Amino acid sequence: MDIAIILIILLAGTFVTFFSGDKYASRVALSFSILTAAYSLFLLLQYHTTGAEYSIQWVASPNLNFSLKLDGLSLLMILLNSILLPVIILTTLPHKVPFEKLLYSLVMFMSFAMTGVFLSSDALLYYVFWEASLIPIYFIIVMWGNGDKSKRRQAAMTFFIYTFAGSLFMMAAIIYMYSKTGSFQLMDFYNADLNTTEQIWVFLGFFFAFAIKIPIFPFHSWQANVYQRAPLIGTLLLGALMSKMGLYSVIRWQLPIAPYALHKFQGIILVLCIIGVIYGAIIALRQSNLKRFFAYASLSHVGFIAAGTYALTFDGLLGAVILILAHGFGIVGLFLSAEIIHRRMNTTQIPEMGGIKGVAPKFTIAFLLMVLASIAIPLSFNFTGEFTIMYGLYQVNIWYVIFIGTSMFLGAFFMLRMYQQVMLGEWTFKGAFKDLTLNEGFIFIILIAVVLFFGIYSKPIVEIVTPALQEILVYINR
Amino acid sequence: MITLVAVSGLGILCLILEIINLRKILVPVTLLGLVAILGATATEFYLNEPFIEIDNYNMVETSRFSQAFSILFILLTALIIGMSSKFYEDKMTKIADYVSLKIFMLAGAIAMVSFGNFAMFFIGIEVLSICGYVLAASEPKNLKSNEAGMKYFIMGAFASSFILFGLALLYGATGSFDVETIKQILAVRGESLPVWANLGFVMVLVGLLFKASVVPFHFWAPDVYEGSPTLVTTIMSTLIKVAAISALFKFLTIMSVLVTPTVQLGLIVFSIITMLVANITALRQSNLKRMMAYSGISHTGFMMMGLLSFNESANSTLYYAAAYSFAAIAGFAVIMAVCQDKGNENISNIFGLARRHPALAGIMACAMVSLGGIPVFAGFFAKMFVFSQMFEARQIILVMFGIVSSIIAIFYYFGTTNVMFTKENPEDISFKASKRYTTVAFIAISLNILIGVCPFIIMDLQL
Repeated sequence: MDIAIILIILLAGTFVTFFSGDKYASRVALSFSILTAAYSLFLLLQYHTTGAEYSIQWVASPNLNFSLKLDGLSLLMILLNSILLPVIILTTLPHKVPFEKLLYSLVMFMSFAMTGVFLSSDALLYYVFWEASLIPIYFIIVMWGNGDKSKRRQAAMTFFIYTFAGSLFMMAAIIYMYSKTGSFQLMDFYNADLNTTEQIWVFLGFFFAFAIKIPIFPFHSWQANVYQRAPLIGTLLLGALMSKMGLYSVIRWQLPIAPYALHKFQGIILVLCIIGVIYGAIIALRQSNLKRFFAYASLSHVGFIAAGTYALTFDGLLGAVILILAHGFGIVGLFLSAEIIHRRMNTTQIPEMGGIKGVAPKFTIAFLLMVLASIAIPLSFNFTGEFTIMYGLYQVNIWYVIFIGTSMFLGAFFMLRMYQQVMLGEWTFKGAFKDLTLNEGFIFIILIAVVLFFGIYSKPIVEIVTPALQEILVYINR
Repeated sequence: MITLVAVSGLGILCLILEIINLRKILVPVTLLGLVAILGATATEFYLNEPFIEIDNYNMVETSRFSQAFSILFILLTALIIGMSSKFYEDKMTKIADYVSLKIFMLAGAIAMVSFGNFAMFFIGIEVLSICGYVLAASEPKNLKSNEAGMKYFIMGAFASSFILFGLALLYGATGSFDVETIKQILAVRGESLPVWANLGFVMVLVGLLFKASVVPFHFWAPDVYEGSPTLVTTIMSTLIKVAAISALFKFLTIMSVLVTPTVQLGLIVFSIITMLVANITALRQSNLKRMMAYSGISHTGFMMMGLLSFNESANSTLYYAAAYSFAAIAGFAVIMAVCQDKGNENISNIFGLARRHPALAGIMACAMVSLGGIPVFAGFFAKMFVFSQMFEARQIILVMFGIVSSIIAIFYYFGTTNVMFTKENPEDISFKASKRYTTVAFIAISLNILIGVCPFIIMDLQL
């Protein structure tokens, strides 16, 4: 029961936020999100390696259950979700937006749905949460997005159609598994006895849904437009949390179900991931819009994580989990920096920026630390993750490491070049540039603290997640 | 049995209220009556024994199946009649006719699912259809409404004659109209029946597909839906459609011996082209009523999937019917609320609705999302239940087409949702929606969400 409480808090938060009115909505949402974070920390303290389960029957025929399961992996994802949620709300809190109560209740609902995805161990329940998380983000993009309305509408629509189409294939795969096993339970799926053809179809059904959500090259074409058009809060939800939902689902739902198909397609998928990593880096180099730049940089990074998951070795998976957390915190910092610059200089074009270093020293340091973390310099959280992934890939084939290693170099190059253009140089902008406000400073302190602390000391994460990953590995290698 | 008698009585009561000049209380009285009948039927359903059994000729067969569908029909009619006092505001003198016709329509629909004799079956179809023809033409000064009534009448009469001729052929082959007798005869010598048994079966099938507006028998539907008064369109695309599908379901269950692989293949093909053609055509509609008409036709295609494994899929067909109808009624209620004084149903009427009337926009968005089949709303579970039924029946290709057409459908459902939030309508800033439409839309969408969150309400019934 105690794991269902986190869902109850978030759902209650959704409704209370909505009915509290525009004036108090943001603060109500913030308090509920802090409550969630506190509760998930409480879960962490209570956590034993065995985890916890909760299940009640939902429908007798077909056999649906409301089953939740908490193990090390989902615990980490919930911590990521619930700690980032107040941070994400804080980024938008000081600014006035229209229909505030609706915005914040949608944010809370989205967090509710994503927490559900991380917790559910019944495939249909999982699918319900997975799809439910799509609705709020769609409305957030359409109603509060930036720029031209028709372009925004188009971006949201493309995003929606893409992800919905992918999900429907996953639904077909899930229903097929149900008709095979007579149950939607995760463990029954793991133990299902599928022949090779069935494995391939089920695997592909899941793969489309996840590849679009993460996104893996060549299913990424919705991403840059959406990241650019979405409001900051939407971009953060998408980039920091929603893409992680896809990566988590790969580990939890896709890998253990179809081991034969998995090993058959491993090579192709790894190549796609690595192409994505390099492609994202090269396209990012050519972007003049700061938000699109970060969108492609993010494409490159999630490709890296996906490569880790499909390495199918313990180290690959471990590195992927670490990098999921690191990237979640890192991308919040990057997009927040882009938004800060956008708000103060009223432009998103990189060539029009420059010289901010001289006018905003605190922001310069914060931004620099986030950039350095995202290019994975040693002692940052990202470094631990990327290094472990590369070690995992090395166990598969050295060539993967060589190619993905280029991207680390490319990543450092494009990130630092961007930093140079944006922050260094002459201050030519007419008008003042206010340094970090208290609120923004507070957010950066949280982010930097997390990134540095776990960069130096990532043992607790490894300890929590190891049993869960080892269990999954048993099914992968059966 | 009691349901059918009570509903017919309620229809006559409406006419009597008109005679004694009590038009003002007509709608509340009818609604109360419907609620009472709903209560009686539900009690009967849960007690599992009929209140009256004086039917020597086995004309009406009260089964769990028929009662469950009757409950749905009564709910739908109650929601629609709830809107009629507003819709017919300026035609109060004739409201008794409109309301009583709808009640008779309900009686026809109930007869269509609870018949024990094919004579009753045909009477049910005719009562339903004739009320439909009259209602379609119930705006005599509107050219389009006349056209709709005419088209609907000619096409509907054509379909009825098909059904009638088919029934006659079945009688010729089996020597009886009685459902139980026919079942026995089919079970004993199903294969050796003369060829006109199959012929009659197919003719009835075609007639019913016609009534349910399945592609390629759907050409009348969009024109009729567009021309009829919106409230009548609502009843057509919910009550009539669902009644036709459930009658088809029951008919196939009775005739299960004659459902050969060829017939099954035909149903599969019709289901696929219904989903695809309707969804693709709906993409290009700029009239909301026409869009809803095509959306309804595409959902008929999904509901037809249930007909392919009729031994197990009574629950999922009922679920689909309920999920679809509640969402459609909510959508139509919003359309009526927005377009009531406009005289047209162009999509531009709902531009910027989110700013003008957030509640209505929210309900419309929920209805569209449910029709599109996104979780939490019942539309998703409906699709998922029929899909899983189809997987068990090994109809994987059908599921694939279902998925493809769901993806196509998202374009227009979300296109409609989109314009409410992003486009502006410069014409009207101030806008007051009738409370009655809003309430009905709210109730309908709440019912949809209720069965979405608790699918066991319908799925765990013993049908």
